[in-house]
Amino acid sequence: MSQSTGTPLRILVLVKHVPDVQFDRHLAGEHLRIDRQDSVLSELDEYAIEAGLQLAESRGGAAAGNTVTALSMGPEAAVNAVRKALQMGATEGVHLCDDALAGSDAGATSLALAAAVRHLAGFDLIITGMSSTDAETSLVPAQLAERLSLAQLTQISRVELAADSTTIRAVRETEHAALNLEAELPVLLSVTDQANEPRYPNFKGIMAAKKKKVTVLNLSDIGVDPASVGGAGSATQVEAAEARAEREAGRIITDSGNAGIELVDFLAAAKLI
Amino acid sequence: MQNILVYIQAPGATPTKSQCELLTLGASLGEVRVVLGAHADEATRAVLSSWGATGFYAAEALEGHIAPEAALLAAAAKDFKAAAVLLPNDSAGREVAARAAIKLDAGVITDAIGVEQDLTVTKSVLAGSYTVRVKATRGPLLVTVKPNSVELPSEAPATISAAALSTLDLGEVGPMAVITGVSERASSGRPDLSEARFVVAGGRGVDGDFGPVEELADALGAAVGASRAATDAGWIDHGAQIGQTGKTVSPQLYISAGISGAIQQKAGMQTSTYIVAVNSDPDAPVFEIADLGIVGDLTRVLPQAAAEIRRRKG
Ligand SMILES: Cc1cc2nc3c(=O)[nH]c(=O)nc-3n(C[C@H](O)[C@H](O)[C@H](O)COP(=O)(O)OP(=O)(O)OC[C@H]3O[C@@H](n4cnc5c(N)ncnc54)[C@H](O)[C@@H]3O)c2cc1C
Ligand SMILES: Nc1ncnc2c1ncn2[C@@H]1O[C@H](COP(=O)(O)O)[C@@H](O)[C@H]1O
Repeated sequence: MSQSTGTPLRILVLVKHVPDVQFDRHLAGEHLRIDRQDSVLSELDEYAIEAGLQLAESRGGAAAGNTVTALSMGPEAAVNAVRKALQMGATEGVHLCDDALAGSDAGATSLALAAAVRHLAGFDLIITGMSSTDAETSLVPAQLAERLSLAQLTQISRVELAADSTTIRAVRETEHAALNLEAELPVLLSVTDQANEPRYPNFKGIMAAKKKKVTVLNLSDIGVDPASVGGAGSATQVEAAEARAEREAGRIITDSGNAGIELVDFLAAAKLI
Repeated sequence: MQNILVYIQAPGATPTKSQCELLTLGASLGEVRVVLGAHADEATRAVLSSWGATGFYAAEALEGHIAPEAALLAAAAKDFKAAAVLLPNDSAGREVAARAAIKLDAGVITDAIGVEQDLTVTKSVLAGSYTVRVKATRGPLLVTVKPNSVELPSEAPATISAAALSTLDLGEVGPMAVITGVSERASSGRPDLSEARFVVAGGRGVDGDFGPVEELADALGAAVGASRAATDAGWIDHGAQIGQTGKTVSPQLYISAGISGAIQQKAGMQTSTYIVAVNSDPDAPVFEIADLGIVGDLTRVLPQAAAEIRRRKG
């Protein structure tokens, strides 16, 4: 690892390609998998990219040799998530793509991503989002820390690199407290939507991204047995799915002076008070 | 009978409602032992025993770190030959389950709202748009259970003496961050948001003043929640945020005031039993999911409702 003072930082950001939350999302097919049409970069991974870019910039950015690599595991179209990260300013991209990965749960995903991280090697920081907006488990970051034997700093709302450039300082938000954490690089970070304000790709960024390198890897490149991932390799299995009935709009009233009383009448009729 | 582990991360003198739910669910599935995420004295263990714990696992020097807690949980699951491990659905519970699952080569299922005798788990996915049934196919089932998923007995069980405690040696647990400071969130004295039966939430429409929201919440005995616009503005602590990146709540009653009802807000509240929305804009999307929608000014409607509730309660 290249964490000694003065050497450039190597940062890896994990980005997922997910169905757009603005549209209706569906489970489909024999294995009840998420329908991945109309997918985009997971909104919450933009905070991870921004955190990576800011940490690199705090050390002089790309000009000083710091790199921010965006890695996504997913089908062909997932390269779009990598592209978006490149447009925001990441230096290069990696797309882990293999048919055998379809239907991977968190455990199988973290297995493949950990193997990709070992294959690429030499990162000082691995940064993820707080949760994917489709699976919504927040399991992958902790599992990567376990598999890669890294200190985990997860659910981070603030992060900075100390002046010595080898110590990371961060604030973790839990349900009841905010914890100040400190660790030596290399580390695994997951950042929340409180951590920063992600930048929009500008025209220059979009043009520059076209020339950036995207490496495509498959399972044999990273030495993973196809049977250990995908639906078959996963330790969980969805047996049945039922669409929840859409909520319907109920009664709408306009306040003409006593809507507060009507509200209480409603609660009383529903036996809530 | 199958063996069930329950993870109690922060044991206190009286167990929280969610902890009682995990113990009750565990006891309905098999024989329960408890894994302690922090030190619990004999009196605390006695109370947990009365809720069904027939043994305890602990380790030295966990100090709020995920890595050793996961190591303890995995060691306990092996020792007890657990068929399932029940954990809270908060971030620490998920992360401890996540890491223990790697050590045990087991599956984790988050956000559970039910676990059956054959260990089939029910949960909702895609922000509440589907309910799915999921099973673990190998290893013990690790499952994080949402609050308000289990019905509790009407009376707390009579206290018995504490069951036996085994302290496990964890060995090397890998690199960890150092905790250099802790700031506890101030308690509001109101019900805990994740566990509350009633929630009153305010958004940008409260315009800096949570007074009317708090007044109605207190008349109802409700917890106070907020949209991200309100927490980002600093009008209320971030811990009150409801939605995709805040808490997910499923109370019997959710009163939304001055909140437009963006998709990320709906993700955290649309499985509530009843939704009442108060918004001055008749086109606010929140009205599409409200059982009662009131087009009006929250600074008038909320205090009037609070006064009427106080009047009826006498
Ligand atoms: C990655 C990401 C994650 C997010 N996560 C969350 C999340 O977890 N939770 C969340 O809530 N949001 C979240 N958001 C933000 C979300 O998209 C909305 O911006 C936010 O919910 C809007 O908050 P609001 O409804 O309070 O404000 P607005 O949308 O501004 O709505 C204010 C409403 O108040 C009404 N109003 C104004 N004055 C009054 C009055 N006197 N009386 C009655 N009504 C009045 C207005 O008509 C309006 O409808 C997230 C966004 C992103 C991008
Ligand atoms: N297929 C994937 N490719 C790249 N990163 C991923 C993938 N799945 C999960 N992640 C990362 O892990 C984080 C948490 O995801 P999850 O555990 O699914 O909630 C995401 O915000 C991503 O940073």
